[in-house]
Amino acid sequence: MGHHRPNVTAMLRYSLKRLTSLLISLAVASLVIFLVIEVAPGDPASFMLGINAQPDTVAALRTELGLDVPKWQRYLDWVGGMLRGDFGTSYTYRTPVAGMIGDRLWVSLPLALFALTLSTAIAFPAGIYAASRRGKPGDVAVMGATQLGVAVPNFWFAMMLVLIFAINLRWFNAGGFVGWDAGFWAGIRSLTLPAISLALPQAAILARVMRSSLLDILGEDFMRTARAKGLSRRQALWQHGVRNALIPVLTIIGLQFSFLLAGSIIIEQVFYLPGLGRLVFQSISSRDLIVVESVVMLLVFSVILVNFLVDLAYALVDPRLRTRT
Amino acid sequence: MSLLSIENLSLSIHRFDILADVSLSVAPGEIVAVTGESGSGKSMTALAVMGLLPDSASTRGRIDLDGTDILKTPEPGMCAIRGQRVGMVFQEPMTALNPVKTIGDQVAETILVHKAMTPAKALDRAREMLDRVGLPADRFPLSRYPHELSGGQRQRVVIAMAIALRPKLLIADEPTTALDVTTQAQILDLLKGLVADYGMGLLMITHDLAVVADMADRIVVMRNGEVVEQGPTADLLVNMQHPYTRMLFAASGHQVSLPPPPAPVPLLQVQNVHRDYRLSRTRLFGDPGYFRAVNDVSFTLNRGERLGLVGESGCGKSTLTRAILGLENIQHGQILLDGQPVFTGHKPNLAVRRKMQVVFQDPFGSFNPRHRVDRLITEPFHLLVSPPTGTARQDAIAEALTAVGLRPQDAQKYIHEFSGGQRQRIAIARALITRPDLILFDEAVSALDVSVRAQILDLMAELCTAYDLTYLFISHDLSVVRTVTDRVLVMQAGQIVEAGETADVFTNPQHPYTQTLIAAAPQLPDLEALQRRQSHV
Amino acid sequence: MNRSLIIGIALSSLVVCAALLSFVWTPYDHTVMDIPAKLQLPGPAHWFGTDHFGRDIFSMIMVGARTSIAVALVAVGIGMVLGVPLGLTAAARKGSWLDEVIMRGNDLVFAFPSLVIAILITAVFGAGAVNAIIAIGIFNIPVFARISRSAALSLWERDFILAARVCGKSGARISLEHILPNVTNLLIVQGTIQFSLGILAEAGLSYVGLGAQPPTPSWGRMLADAQTMVSFAPHLALIPGIAIILTVLGLNLMGDGLRDYLDPRLRISRT
Repeated sequence: MGHHRPNVTAMLRYSLKRLTSLLISLAVASLVIFLVIEVAPGDPASFMLGINAQPDTVAALRTELGLDVPKWQRYLDWVGGMLRGDFGTSYTYRTPVAGMIGDRLWVSLPLALFALTLSTAIAFPAGIYAASRRGKPGDVAVMGATQLGVAVPNFWFAMMLVLIFAINLRWFNAGGFVGWDAGFWAGIRSLTLPAISLALPQAAILARVMRSSLLDILGEDFMRTARAKGLSRRQALWQHGVRNALIPVLTIIGLQFSFLLAGSIIIEQVFYLPGLGRLVFQSISSRDLIVVESVVMLLVFSVILVNFLVDLAYALVDPRLRTRT
Repeated sequence: MSLLSIENLSLSIHRFDILADVSLSVAPGEIVAVTGESGSGKSMTALAVMGLLPDSASTRGRIDLDGTDILKTPEPGMCAIRGQRVGMVFQEPMTALNPVKTIGDQVAETILVHKAMTPAKALDRAREMLDRVGLPADRFPLSRYPHELSGGQRQRVVIAMAIALRPKLLIADEPTTALDVTTQAQILDLLKGLVADYGMGLLMITHDLAVVADMADRIVVMRNGEVVEQGPTADLLVNMQHPYTRMLFAASGHQVSLPPPPAPVPLLQVQNVHRDYRLSRTRLFGDPGYFRAVNDVSFTLNRGERLGLVGESGCGKSTLTRAILGLENIQHGQILLDGQPVFTGHKPNLAVRRKMQVVFQDPFGSFNPRHRVDRLITEPFHLLVSPPTGTARQDAIAEALTAVGLRPQDAQKYIHEFSGGQRQRIAIARALITRPDLILFDEAVSALDVSVRAQILDLMAELCTAYDLTYLFISHDLSVVRTVTDRVLVMQAGQIVEAGETADVFTNPQHPYTQTLIAAAPQLPDLEALQRRQSHV
Repeated sequence: MNRSLIIGIALSSLVVCAALLSFVWTPYDHTVMDIPAKLQLPGPAHWFGTDHFGRDIFSMIMVGARTSIAVALVAVGIGMVLGVPLGLTAAARKGSWLDEVIMRGNDLVFAFPSLVIAILITAVFGAGAVNAIIAIGIFNIPVFARISRSAALSLWERDFILAARVCGKSGARISLEHILPNVTNLLIVQGTIQFSLGILAEAGLSYVGLGAQPPTPSWGRMLADAQTMVSFAPHLALIPGIAIILTVLGLNLMGDGLRDYLDPRLRISRT
């Protein structure tokens, strides 16, 4: 024993271990996605050219789309391409998939981040407030609201927001995205209703988790020690409770991200936002599987990445992970 | 003039009476020990003084701390008192510190809450306090986190926090119960030294009468929320008035007499056993390294013999126990029971397993809460080639329950209907039902109150006569090992450092570690000698 | 019995009864269009009004409850039947390669939100209620595997398990005899919560067209149809939404109530 400074080696080893598992997850996930899409019946080339196409035209298109090589090689080409930022060519539009995704990402990603920020900003204070008033009217009110919030489907909530704030009050547009070229605030404005409808139901879940995690911590011995030092309930809660309670809450934020992502794809439908969701549903109906494949891979990648970041955040919050793993 | 005086304190929670008319006082520089068994209300008394009772508690009476009535002081006033005029040390040092803050910050916090000063100055003060409690700067910088310290070291940090502002009164609630004997002795010395240096009053809550007799100036004995007797230590020890006090002291020093062991025939042979655990890597690509929990241990346990295994936590006795039970593999050497190896890979060798049973420490965790007693105690029948059924099974259950002092009707009950002592009897019944050759008692009486412990020890002695038991008694409690074993092994850092007849080892320990261990263990004074001396005067 | 449990059971059984009743009786045939009577507000003839084809909304809600319940229930079943044995096995062989494989597999499946699974399945096999079941069911597997593993792990630390091992019992036998009965409460409570999440997920999937296809009525599809008419016929969106909310609320209250009733210390997972 002699590590007085934060143990750099342990921290590095921890990160490296997480990174390895991130890479393995990505590799396996890409394989699963590729295999599932490969099962798809029908040949994209024949589908695109219709039933009356000449066999040699189909063969030419197959070569153009890269469908005439063995499957394992196509998998490697696909993965290799993605690593270089080349997601292939859309079967339908004959344009690079990377470009199509890139455009949509500028809507979906800001939306998810906006919603995540909102839901955290609402959930943390609400959860902490409820925990500090356990059993009192304030707690009961917050818990009642969250119980309802958990039960509301976000896309229905979105429709109600449109009905109230766009159709009746005319504060916002009912849908569509003005584009970031119209200015940052204009962009934010058109994402506000979608973000709120995503964030509130998420916030309800997060607030419940924050509250119960904090209540667990309040029962810990060290909270009693803090009180014995002369800290008031409130001081003890803020100085000793919150940071410890964050450890389980972080896990939930990581897991919630996948719900947020799925939610945003659905919400895009309500607001006619030109995001990844719209792209993927259009591609499904036109059987543009290469786009579906790439979007799904991107979604899965972001979930895995967020959970990796959460694992790193643990180590920042919890010194026990920094020194021993 | 007393520093703390509690007058007729009564306390109830949800109309459930916890304390009734408790009165006691602590003078500056005085150590007052409150003792009693679980449920006596001793810890609640301490929390009442701190003003940290649960919200649902209602109180009557008066707690006067140096002129302030604690029960009438509103919460902000109490916050100013806690930490500044009265400090508190808790039982469980492993959980008493915030795991995500450094020890320096946590000690400095006591100071910062009460005194306006810069954090840097508070940290300087914290440094002084940590030095005072025996955590020098070179090995224990302020930047250490609690998980990097041992239990005893953490308890020193808790003490440093409690005394950082030199409170006039220190409350210590079972401060050494979770610690090893050698650590316990050091912490008790530290507390005594602080009381002497600072002239603090110390209100100490403990169930351990040997500690009480050793430390206290005055003793308060509690039972079921009432003070049954109190007085200056010397007087009370010599002249106990209340039968409960007498029973408590008698049970603490309870001795049993075992039948003489038969001629030695080896039953369990442990030969040059090594048990290694892999450690996590210390360098990025370095060798993981190993921790040798059990290091070259050899001994023989003869049929009909009662062997003790003592050692402090982390000495490897639990690992050795699991290895003997055949639950874990060993890296070197062999363990033979009746000539056959106990570990046979993933598929246990039932022929060996049926020759031994075990009784664990925790009377609450030892049973599946969803099964009735009959199913619980017949679990070892799984080991038999043809387990008894029907009436034979009923008879076996009845016999086992009767043997441990319970009734055959108890077979239909669930485990939550029994007290801790009764559960330990059921655990013994489960161990006995297949009449194994060997029973392992793994800290089997450590979680019990002294009066219950005395009963279980009596039961073991009776069973030795009735069933010719052979057992290995694993414990950290020297006084218990001394009375229920014929021979004893002393274990330290994975090795057996001393072995011999129990009486010899205790009266004439050879190894320095054994000597330290025995010297550190608090001893009940010889009451009879005290009383005799008193009557001569 | 606590208040949450009573309200929860009342709400949930109301929905279940409506779904069961719809097999034998509905006020109208939910498939029959009656264009002249379209877009009626709730009234004595049509309790919940009619949609843009003049179909009776009350009847559609009753039949839609069937779809929601069936999808969510089967999905919970899939999650439990596959997830619990995986979790118990991982716990019994803690630290082994098997544990590692199961847990990494869990993490992997967790990276696929049920919507993404549904997208993949639909892209390959086309849309349908069965796809929704499979997508939600697959998502439930790691949920159950994870909670049963962690509950089982803390039980494996207990002395009564050690006692069973001393009695020579195998890991599988201990899992069945000692672990499973002690995690049933947790599984019941978590099952209720997953059931409610399943209802929400099914609604979302049918809303975007990845779930039940017409003519099978479903609450999510009703909402999708209502979207363009929300400005002039808000009841088309309000009523299915309230049906979903009450069902999910009922199940959640029942889950929380059951938890308090069975064992307040149970840890349930909200994801």
